[in-house]
Amino acid sequence: MNRDDLLGRVLGPGKPELTCEQCFAELDRYVELVVGGEKADERIPGMRAHLHGCPACAEDFRSLRDLVAEER
Amino acid sequence: MATALMTTPTEIPWVDRLRADGAEGQAAIAELHDLLLKAARFEVERRAAELSHLRGGDLDDLAQQAADDALVAVLRKLDDFRGEARFTTWAYKFALLEAAVKVRRRAWQGREVPLEDEAWARFAAVDSAGRAAEDAELLAALRDEIQGSLTPRQREVLVAVALNGVPIDVLAERLGSNRGALYKNLHDARRKLRECLAERGFALGAGGEEER
Repeated sequence: MNRDDLLGRVLGPGKPELTCEQCFAELDRYVELVVGGEKADERIPGMRAHLHGCPACAEDFRSLRDLVAEER
Repeated sequence: MATALMTTPTEIPWVDRLRADGAEGQAAIAELHDLLLKAARFEVERRAAELSHLRGGDLDDLAQQAADDALVAVLRKLDDFRGEARFTTWAYKFALLEAAVKVRRRAWQGREVPLEDEAWARFAAVDSAGRAAEDAELLAALRDEIQGSLTPRQREVLVAVALNGVPIDVLAERLGSNRGALYKNLHDARRKLRECLAERGFALGAGGEEER
């Protein structure tokens, strides 16, 4: 682990972020916006910061994004 | 390409069909289970490397259990579906979550959560990577604050999840908690550390990028 990775993991995103519950509630809409090439981060503020800070939610996001993209 | 806003009218029938009595409702539930199983298998297959000790049949059992649990969750949460995404996208997230949590927990079954000492070894490894003295100062301050300024629970979660890479769902199971509650501990710990480092004169930007 390099220095920036370590600081990122320990100190997190350092900006307003959704909770895990809010992330899960918005995940399907966020993924469709991302896959559709729309401005997902403007529409759902705080999601990107949470995905940066929470490895488990980030994995859930990548899985849903890839599954939805595969079907289109 | 379809967008979230375009999907609403066409998705209502899914909910209606699942709520229907008799054969129509049963058929819709069976169809939904097939979709959830497909998503659960997708997740288990992409994580198969984490479970290299399991046979193919065991992996599929895991996917089946995830699909069964996701079906219960989807039917229980049906009122929460607002039509802001496709119904299938909304339902898939339950199956992916169930499958991911099951794989993480199975992969860690019988493994001890690493001790705090292992986390400090990571700090030492960064220290010895030939960085400037300022970096060493920041890392030393950070280590001090982790040890001295956090509550025992905050320190436990931060060290396990952020430093030792323990999946948060695994830690939640061991501590009898849940992902959301532990992430709140992690979030509060991070905020406290940022405040303490700022008081010491370190200017930290978003994402842990130091800007001093």
